[in-house]
Amino acid sequence: METVTVRDAMQTTLDNRLAEGDATPMPAKIQARQTNVHYGDKHALKDVTLDVREGEVTSFIGPSGCGKSTFLRCLNRMNDTIDGCRVSGTVQLDGEDIYDPKIDVVQLRARVGMVFQKPNPFPKSIYDNVAYGPRIHGLAANKDELDEIVLTSLEKAGLLAEVKDRMESPGTGLSGGQQQRLCIARAIAVNPEVILMDEPCSALDPIATAKIEELIDELRENYTIVIVTHSMQQAARVSQRTAFFHLGELIEVGDTEQIFTNPKHKLTQGYITGRFG
Amino acid sequence: MPLSLLLLVLAVLSAFAYRFGTGRARAIAPGRQQATLHSRPTYHGFYVALWCGLPALLVAVAWVAMQPILVKGLVLAGLPDSYSALPEARLNLIWNDIRNLALGDVVRAAPAPEIQAAAETFRRLYTIGQAALAVLCLVLAPLGARYAYGRVSRDLRARNRVETVITVFLVASSLVAIFTTIGIVLSLLFESLRFFGKVPPLDFLFGLHWSPQTALRADQVGSSGSFGAVPLFTGTLLISLISMCVAVPVGLMSAIYMSEYAHRKFRAVAKPLLEILAGIPTVVYGFFAALTVAPFIRRLGESMGISVASESALAAGLVMGVMIIPFVSSISDDVINAVPQAMRDGAYALGATKSETIRNVIVPAALPGIVGGVLLAVSRAIGETMIVVMAAGLAANLSFNPLEAVTTVTVQIVTLLTGDQEFDSAKTLAAFALGLVLFCVTLGLNIFALHVVRKYREQYE
Repeated sequence: METVTVRDAMQTTLDNRLAEGDATPMPAKIQARQTNVHYGDKHALKDVTLDVREGEVTSFIGPSGCGKSTFLRCLNRMNDTIDGCRVSGTVQLDGEDIYDPKIDVVQLRARVGMVFQKPNPFPKSIYDNVAYGPRIHGLAANKDELDEIVLTSLEKAGLLAEVKDRMESPGTGLSGGQQQRLCIARAIAVNPEVILMDEPCSALDPIATAKIEELIDELRENYTIVIVTHSMQQAARVSQRTAFFHLGELIEVGDTEQIFTNPKHKLTQGYITGRFG
Repeated sequence: MPLSLLLLVLAVLSAFAYRFGTGRARAIAPGRQQATLHSRPTYHGFYVALWCGLPALLVAVAWVAMQPILVKGLVLAGLPDSYSALPEARLNLIWNDIRNLALGDVVRAAPAPEIQAAAETFRRLYTIGQAALAVLCLVLAPLGARYAYGRVSRDLRARNRVETVITVFLVASSLVAIFTTIGIVLSLLFESLRFFGKVPPLDFLFGLHWSPQTALRADQVGSSGSFGAVPLFTGTLLISLISMCVAVPVGLMSAIYMSEYAHRKFRAVAKPLLEILAGIPTVVYGFFAALTVAPFIRRLGESMGISVASESALAAGLVMGVMIIPFVSSISDDVINAVPQAMRDGAYALGATKSETIRNVIVPAALPGIVGGVLLAVSRAIGETMIVVMAAGLAANLSFNPLEAVTTVTVQIVTLLTGDQEFDSAKTLAAFALGLVLFCVTLGLNIFALHVVRKYREQYE
């Protein structure tokens, strides 16, 4: 694994801050430094250096195949499950390198949860879907505590009212939007610090999408959220910071308002005005 | 002309008809104009070929089916009156003589002159029939082809016609399997009914003593002829149970290893190797069980001070278990692989370990499919014969001790029906009743398994 010295890392951070002209940024929850990803011979992600700030929603935009999902999956090491995938560079969570051999990937994923493009509830009851994470991590000492966690998670995911009468019916029987909120509840139940969302609304209709977006805005209070999206309107609506990827490179990152009103890079401008991609 | 040559000639004629058909279609609409044809030229070719071959073929089939009946009627009618008064069975024997004589097979020495004459008639009729069939077919084929050739035009819906014929063929093929099954069931059913006429069904199903030797003479000793099948059912159950105790855990775990843990290269080698187990003839398993496993178990038992029969249910069950491992592992492996990657991702993203993911998410999601595979393996185990014949013995003991010799339904069917048998004694007919019970059980298991598997399929659609 390619390592970057601490001084380099600090220098880059400093450069970024200076470049962005941001005097009092939120503290960085995740710091990626010169992260590269190879799938076999394919160089999917090239030298990405990016900070994800605590308590904010950061969105990744860019045309298909630009590496935004790949980068997202680096942040909780979901790429480990893909054959032939190599990650180099550093990704730090609260200053700790998550690719350090000493890091337990299971604990990491409990801290960095993930919601996928297609809702993927387990073929179990609604209750068991949400209770699964707390059970395997031993977060509840008894049945009452588990009930409590399940109810609060469903509540936070805005699903409780719709499902409280049928907690024992299968999660796969819900509508697409409900399933996705169930998956969000399932992720919240583990009480993560960061939630990664990989195009969470691409399989949903506009009404379900609006609900999820509303939910993301509420969750921002307690969680750091990173969302990959194909919809620029969605990025503009829900995120405070936006990163634009193109062909495996991070082209530009900045405050969402600045990216959408005054992009610095020609490629970014071209993409957000719809000239390509 | 022999039938095989006739069929060959018909095939060649049809091939020519195909060429003419396509040629004609291309001549009607040359080059670019082909698009103005309703059907592509190949369909016109098939259309003409079908008209050439199919009517002649149908006539030939009907002829081959009808000819023996017609010839038999004519020949027997030609016999002197003294013969036609004979009973049906005697007449059939005479008919056999005539046929054998005519076709040059072995016959009784010195047949009567009227039989000789009848054989001569038979031979003559037979030759005439074959010739007539050949002529008929060779006239029909070109006629059909000519008719179809004349109809080839821009607007002829040749594609629809050809596809209708193909559909009929497909339906007929699928009916073959169905009718065979029905035929088997009916033959089992009628013979079983005859058996139940001799032995009451309740005695058969619930009797505790199996000793199928019936007395041939009234004064014969030691032939009680009792047909209580319970010892056979328990023997079958015991051996199947032992084999499932081997096959299910080993098969399931190897499937989990193959699909979740093993490297792709290892899997590519190991999976076919495992499936070779299913390809070993059961006879080979049988002597492996009888010559290697059973003595080993007996010696092991002796060293521990337990008496073990040299033919034991345990030996047969263990080897049978090994034999059906691939059924369980292969099907389980397929179902586990069919569990969407999204399920695994969902569990991993919650911080589940690999074994937690497998235990709590993947196996439950794949469970209906795994159960289906196991049930198919059970019906295989119940129907297995060879291993049990060689390794578990023939003694119909009513015992649940795996160290004793037991026997199964299939083994008894084999012993009842091998050798020279008369087909009206309760002893032989018992085989059909046993077969019927076996059929019902495995059919029930298969239906249940299919139902479970189908339910599983719906889950991810």
